Amino acid sequence: MSTSELDRQWTTRLRRRAVSKIPPEKMLPDTQPSYVSSWIYVFGVATISALIVVIATGCILALRGPTWWHGSDVGHFVNSLHLWSVEIFFFSMVIHLWGKYFMAAWRGGRAMTWITGMVLFLVSIVTALTGYVSQSNFDSQWISTQAKDAINSSGGGAYFNLLNFGQMLMWHIVLLPLALVFLVAVHVVLVRIKGVVPPFEVNPRSDHE
Amino acid sequence: MGPLLYAALLPLNHPDHYFHWHFLEISAANLIVIALMLVTFVAALLLPFPGRRRRRQNQ
Repeated sequence: MSTSELDRQWTTRLRRRAVSKIPPEKMLPDTQPSYVSSWIYVFGVATISALIVVIATGCILALRGPTWWHGSDVGHFVNSLHLWSVEIFFFSMVIHLWGKYFMAAWRGGRAMTWITGMVLFLVSIVTALTGYVSQSNFDSQWISTQAKDAINSSGGGAYFNLLNFGQMLMWHIVLLPLALVFLVAVHVVLVRIKGVVPPFEVNPRSDHE
Repeated sequence: MGPLLYAALLPLNHPDHYFHWHFLEISAANLIVIALMLVTFVAALLLPFPGRRRRRQNQ
């Protein structure tokens, strides 16, 4: 195959485009600007760490099933790990959101980073709701019967029926986690491409370590 | 023994306590979480980050 033929291949073009848009040195940088040495920059990665624990414990719960997570000590423990890692996930995400809001983190062409973060927050809330109604206990019955009215009043009840346990479970363990992981990947890649937003008073070009 | 100990420390077998203020209604648990988030946010802004001074000296 000649060089010109190789150049025309879609794999070659896609690879070159990907490398030019997201160069490896930006994906895994060796240094960060000095202003990143602050606790307020920790909460984004804390959120992702909590999400990893959420997914790992969710996989164990999916393998063992409701009888196990309701009826055994280890099941209770893993169920609790799943719940409390979700609590840390939202706790960290809200502080991350506050921090980025007051930094105006959409500055410098970072609008899509901000928007993907906001969409992630909303998708996370729906994922948590479907998780609450998938517990298969009185709590989930109560939440689903209360929340169905909100969804029905918005006209979405035909597509998102909180009383349909199977549908809610599939949203919770398939569709929404896929959306979350995809959006997190896009969000992180955007952060890496554009870099961390600098504080208002710092010139990012002159403040690298 | 473990569950009994937790039950003695944190008796949870009762309805949530709610705070009412005009049209606002919030459970004590949610209010505590929001307060903790605010405290953590302020602490994250004020507390020194480990190694920051060392990095500045190296610059």
